[in-house]
Amino acid sequence: MPIFALWNGSLESDSNEFGTMKLLLEILLSAALGALHCAATAQQLPKEQTKGLDEQVQDIKSDVLAISSELQQLEEKLLYPSNTQLSVFLSLAGSGKLRLDSVRLKLDGKDAAHHIYTFKELEALQSGGVQRVLTSNVRTAEHSLEVAVLGKTGNDVPFQQVATYKFKKSVQPKLLEIVVDRSASSDKAIRFKE
Amino acid sequence: MRRLVFLVGLCFNPLVFAAEPQERSRAKDLYLGEAYYQAAQGNYFDAISRLDTELWQFYRLDDPKLDQLHYRVNQANFSVGDFELSYRMHQRAGRAVKAVLEGNVDEATRTEAAWRLARIYMQKSDATSALATIENIMGRTSGNAGDEDSLLLGNIYLHTGKFTDAITVFNGLKGKKGFDGYSTYNLGIALLQNGQESNGLAEIEKAGLLNSDDEATLAIKDKANLFLGSRLISSGNAAQAKQYLDRIRLSGPFSNKALLSSGWADAAEGHFERALVPWSTLIKRNSTDKAVQEGQLGAPYAFSKLQLHGRAAQLYAVALQSFGSELGKLEASLKSIREGKFLEALVRTESKLDREWVVRLRELPDSAETYYLLELLASNDFQESLQNYFDLEEIRKRLATWTESLDSFAEIIEIRGRYYDEALAPVDTRFAALDSQMRLRMQQRQTLHERLQKLLVAPRPDFLQTAAERVLLEQLARLSEQYGSDRSAAGADARRRIQRLRGALHWNIHTSYDERLTFAYKHIHDLDADVVRLNAIHRSFVRTRQAATQSYKGYESQLRTLRLKIRDAGEKLSTLMARQGSVLEAMAIRELEQRRARLEEYQIHARFALADSYDRANKQQDGASK
Repeated sequence: MPIFALWNGSLESDSNEFGTMKLLLEILLSAALGALHCAATAQQLPKEQTKGLDEQVQDIKSDVLAISSELQQLEEKLLYPSNTQLSVFLSLAGSGKLRLDSVRLKLDGKDAAHHIYTFKELEALQSGGVQRVLTSNVRTAEHSLEVAVLGKTGNDVPFQQVATYKFKKSVQPKLLEIVVDRSASSDKAIRFKE
Repeated sequence: MRRLVFLVGLCFNPLVFAAEPQERSRAKDLYLGEAYYQAAQGNYFDAISRLDTELWQFYRLDDPKLDQLHYRVNQANFSVGDFELSYRMHQRAGRAVKAVLEGNVDEATRTEAAWRLARIYMQKSDATSALATIENIMGRTSGNAGDEDSLLLGNIYLHTGKFTDAITVFNGLKGKKGFDGYSTYNLGIALLQNGQESNGLAEIEKAGLLNSDDEATLAIKDKANLFLGSRLISSGNAAQAKQYLDRIRLSGPFSNKALLSSGWADAAEGHFERALVPWSTLIKRNSTDKAVQEGQLGAPYAFSKLQLHGRAAQLYAVALQSFGSELGKLEASLKSIREGKFLEALVRTESKLDREWVVRLRELPDSAETYYLLELLASNDFQESLQNYFDLEEIRKRLATWTESLDSFAEIIEIRGRYYDEALAPVDTRFAALDSQMRLRMQQRQTLHERLQKLLVAPRPDFLQTAAERVLLEQLARLSEQYGSDRSAAGADARRRIQRLRGALHWNIHTSYDERLTFAYKHIHDLDADVVRLNAIHRSFVRTRQAATQSYKGYESQLRTLRLKIRDAGEKLSTLMARQGSVLEAMAIRELEQRRARLEEYQIHARFALADSYDRANKQQDGASK
């Protein structure tokens, strides 16, 4: 966001065409200067008001963020207790031109998640973001995760790869990361990390 | 939208600023990465909330050093501050970044934190604090500042009156790709402020001659030329002003002002026929624009100066009609705003899909004429208020969703409670029985283990007799007792045989002692494997049992508290939204009233000038007919 700092120096602003008009069109001068004067005083008034209000808005944001954090923990405790919790994340690696279109996850052979990417999401992944693709509950046992990635290569050629990963769920929450390497060949693009 | 506001913003700010750096380094921690993922999409609330939760949990760990986040906790704290800044929470962001600055962090992090904090201060128009923050790290980072940071530093110097330092910094940015426009223009301003007028104007002239495909740079180029043109007109050098004004693009954000000023430059020199060239183009443009409205008076004025009173009268009549129509729009807009329709239109989600959504608001039924609000929209105060209003609206929706979530949670808990209360009672009874059995067996195993340990140091073969041997020995004892008093030959034979059998058993037990001891150890080892399995099953059951309890017990108080907090936040939010909305409406109304006042003045002037032109045209006609 650009920083629009206020400048109170003595430089003439762009609205000084009115000054020029004084020489040329006297009758317009009174109207123009009158309007400028109004503008100057009008700008002062809300600034004081908005400053106090802005602080209150920041305060309520703080309050609501605290509620959100508490709610997030409650939700996790209620819906995804640690002994059964499985979280699957997806990140991009490499500097190739592979573009993700969608990802599909199957957990123990059953459909678990399907996501189609927007441009903003791809940008976020490319800038180092990590997407939470799935949060689920699984028993403490061995499980298998099948990941299917659809996309396009740099030459706009359709790309598809499916990879399966077996993992053991213990009583601790399980975090799995799917790394899609954009520079790797098509059969090695998907890696898993625990 | 950002582009639109940036370009409009350029029109009203003497200084120009580059956009903030947005790129973030690749995150290694998954939760941190998840927060970046949200932040990169502009979902700052979710990003902060996620990181807050992780940090809250991290700081409550018994041994945080074992957690993955330990290695990135400074980065996480720093990022929270960064996201808070983007979410316009300057107070908290400032505190977070300050904490990083004062914490035990490496020099690179401290330097980055200082630049961020300086940016926060500049956003709050506190250049003095920004300067103090940067000066604090200056000695350590001299010469290492990036181009973005240098531009910020130059602006800090400009705002704190350190013009010589600003000149040095902006000179250092010369020729840097992407910064040429900003640095050259601001260097010119710094030189002017420092009293070096000719050098300053020369730099601004250079900014006015920049070659680029970049829209922002082209806008700076136009701004520089407009600045020079306007300055020359006001200092009485209108003839020289033309060359600068003519460089301004006819389609850029400054084109209307350029056309207006170009006309005035010609008019000032008495070249009214030439003034009509730009003004004739100008008056065909959007009649809500200030410059166009002024042009609508300028063009007939030029005709009247050329003694073409009939044409002047015609154009004054057109101007009058246009002003009347615009006043009508303004009245309708004011009415719409006072009826709350402006705020309604602002928060409509579908309207923001387009980059120029503010302009498109005017297309909504009964909505305000938003062209009149473009200048206001570009102002910092309005933008802050508008963003606050959007944030409050987003929070309002979240609170509503959360209330529903809490209802769902309460229902889940209630259903779970009903199920488990019924299901767990027999399970608990059965478990209690099995548990006591298990404890008994474990005690037995322990006794056996202790005995075997003792046998290693004090052999006791009798402890390793088999059950059959024990039965046999008991039988032999009974037989021995039975034949003990039998003095017959058969009795003597029986006793001899019993004795031999006892001897044979004794021999077997004692000679196979070591083998028996080994077997015993093997068996207890096998038993231990079963015990391990049993303990695992026991622990798993206990955990599952605890999880069952935890899934529905102990939430009442938390849910109640959360409900209260959400309700309180909702009440505060309603008040704040109403106040913030009123401020926005008041600002919009004030802007529209100013424009209305100006248009009314123009209207009065146009009426008088129209009458005057008619008179003169009639006199001219009379004179010609005579």
